[in-house]
Amino acid sequence: MDNDQIQDSKSKIQSPKSKIRNQITVALAGQPNVGKSTVFNLLTGLSQHVGNWPGKTIEQKTGTYNYNGTKVRIVDLPGTYSLTANSLEERIARDYIIKERPDVVVAIVDAAALERNLYLVAELLSLPAPVVLGLNMMDVAEQQGMHIEPHVLEAALGLPVVPMVATKNQGVRELVEAVDRVSQCEGTYAPSRPEIREDHRMVLAELQRLIAGAVPAPYPEDWVALKLLEGDEEITSMIKERLDEACWQEMHAILMQHEDAILAVAGGRYEWIGRMIRAAVARPRVGQITLTERLDRWATHPFWGLLILLGMLGLIFWLTYTIGAPLQELLDTYLVQAGAEWVRSALNGAPAWLVGFLADGVIGGAGMVITFLPILVIFFTALGLLEDVGYMARAAYVMDRFMHLMGLHGKSFLPLFLGFGCNVPAVMGARVVEGERARLLTILVAPLVPCTARMAVVAVLAPVFFGPYAALVAGGLVGLSLVMLAIIGIALHELVLGGEHVAFIMELPLYHLPNARTICLSVWQRLVAFLKKAGSIILVVSVVVWALSVLPGGEIESSYLAAIGRLLGPLGALMGLGWQMMVALLTSFVAKENTIATLGVLYSTGEEGARLAEALSGVLTPAAALAFLAVQMLFIPCVATVATVRQETASWRWTAFSVALLLVVSFAVGIAIYQGAMLVGWGV
Amino acid sequence: MNEERIPLSVLAPGEVGVVRQLAGGRGFMSRLAALGFTLGVEVTMVQNFGRGPLIVLVRDTRVALGRGEAAKVLVGRTTNG
Repeated sequence: MDNDQIQDSKSKIQSPKSKIRNQITVALAGQPNVGKSTVFNLLTGLSQHVGNWPGKTIEQKTGTYNYNGTKVRIVDLPGTYSLTANSLEERIARDYIIKERPDVVVAIVDAAALERNLYLVAELLSLPAPVVLGLNMMDVAEQQGMHIEPHVLEAALGLPVVPMVATKNQGVRELVEAVDRVSQCEGTYAPSRPEIREDHRMVLAELQRLIAGAVPAPYPEDWVALKLLEGDEEITSMIKERLDEACWQEMHAILMQHEDAILAVAGGRYEWIGRMIRAAVARPRVGQITLTERLDRWATHPFWGLLILLGMLGLIFWLTYTIGAPLQELLDTYLVQAGAEWVRSALNGAPAWLVGFLADGVIGGAGMVITFLPILVIFFTALGLLEDVGYMARAAYVMDRFMHLMGLHGKSFLPLFLGFGCNVPAVMGARVVEGERARLLTILVAPLVPCTARMAVVAVLAPVFFGPYAALVAGGLVGLSLVMLAIIGIALHELVLGGEHVAFIMELPLYHLPNARTICLSVWQRLVAFLKKAGSIILVVSVVVWALSVLPGGEIESSYLAAIGRLLGPLGALMGLGWQMMVALLTSFVAKENTIATLGVLYSTGEEGARLAEALSGVLTPAAALAFLAVQMLFIPCVATVATVRQETASWRWTAFSVALLLVVSFAVGIAIYQGAMLVGWGV
Repeated sequence: MNEERIPLSVLAPGEVGVVRQLAGGRGFMSRLAALGFTLGVEVTMVQNFGRGPLIVLVRDTRVALGRGEAAKVLVGRTTNG
């Protein structure tokens, strides 16, 4: 709904109680796959701000709309099934409601899976903020033969219930009105609340007695007692710190006795839900075979499902090469190179360093950012589409058995696969992975997927040294990268991230038609994030590398960069590589394609393949060449990827870890290959 | 009418079981409970190829479970005889 439309209804609604408020805050809660982001997009339009939750790798979206002279700030909470500390998402959602105290919580639920969806609502009701229920996907429920009466549900729950079809823009205005009403009537909010099953009431009362007075400020005592009984780790350790030893021992004994109390709590909630919907759902679902069931017979089949997945990936890459690559070239020729030319001619007569700085450093870096855009748009659109349609969960299901070997979730597969095109969307695509550890692991291994730019370097260099076996070597190098990815994945999972078993429990949402607005906005937000955060880092690094390559004398051979390369000489010697090759690796940090150009300059042959080939085959043995190619495949990714890693992890520490890890791994493999070859006397 | 207690993972597609026990830690129980797996709820097996993950229907929701996870959900299967 447009903000104007909301404004229009201003004059019609005159609340007698209306107070003068300038701003209220609304938290938007809901389980995953309920159309929450569609509602968020409708409410906020382009006023959205996308960032991270402070210090977390999880996306935080906020936005505003105006209604009745009140500025309404909306905070989109992460989609969660419950509010127990099972995941970081759940912790963020509940911490926000408890500590930031939004004026209203809007809970979006899927009418077609009302029973399970009300579970989150049951949890929200035991928190202090008043709840408005957005009963979304009413059309889907009707299609399945269900008939729900919102006003009956409203009466039963004791809170406003607004029927909605967010994809058709229905019910949003009513939702906005309901939020406004609730935010003005403080103190009259008295919803029906679920109770624990009878057999656990005594225990709960006992816990409440024990913690009385020991619960820190913003937490409601009843809620804390319930969470203790549920076995919530975060709340348990918080209370443990505040109770004296005797009290804690007594409580601990009770908790140990009732280890499965979560089932009584959850059972109580579902009994309450049953009572709520028995009246409101006038006609239950009829047992028909839905479209989702029919599609899933193929999409989740162990064989056909894999085939379908491969087909889709093939399509994405076909699009990338037929549309993305030519566009990239056009941009490079007509924007970047033309821009550099224009600078050179416009600054004719200016000092050479200034021209070089602008034409090579600045425009080179900015151009790199720009030429990324076509591929990113294609990949982000594909990701957004597959996610919105509901296919992502199926791809994850089909790939899960393979990904699990590395401690990764099935959902990591798609972003990692996109890495074959470009590592940047692979790192950004890790956002679809649930669970912070799994997401971090996906980001850390993503640079090991050989991207097109790395493969381009292999395509130029492999024939030089391995002639007819070049394709075999290239294939072997891809295999090596993937084996290293698996080894590092397993090692990181075990050593760094604690090796905890990732339980595979995932909802398979209903398929539905994609919503163009949702997809466009997600592509737009990801592009903006890339341009804003990664773009500036890329620009700075490419200017710095350019400066290092021309200072102090203007020639790369006598530059600081060459000096660093010479410094790395001893390391290179272990792999049979001269300092020139080390410099080539260093410049590949700006863009992988630079490797060839740098070698061309350093061996004074220009960029012509044949002459470079001749020069290189003169200085490198096959063993050293193989080592170089292997290092090149596993080396630090380009600056765009590193900048994206920084942006997505929101941590310089993990970014540095990623860079250091890849440095160590790539050189270790390079040395192993060269020394191994020396040992068996091959290619020396 | 007898009820035998078996792991969810051995149900064949189309068969229905009633959840009797979740044999895992608190985190496991809590995650499953949030998705609708509570004691006494009916679970229908949708896809089970005997290996790899499987799909069940619980409270109108299709849920994919790893085989190991499904083995920790004990269900009662009602048999005649």
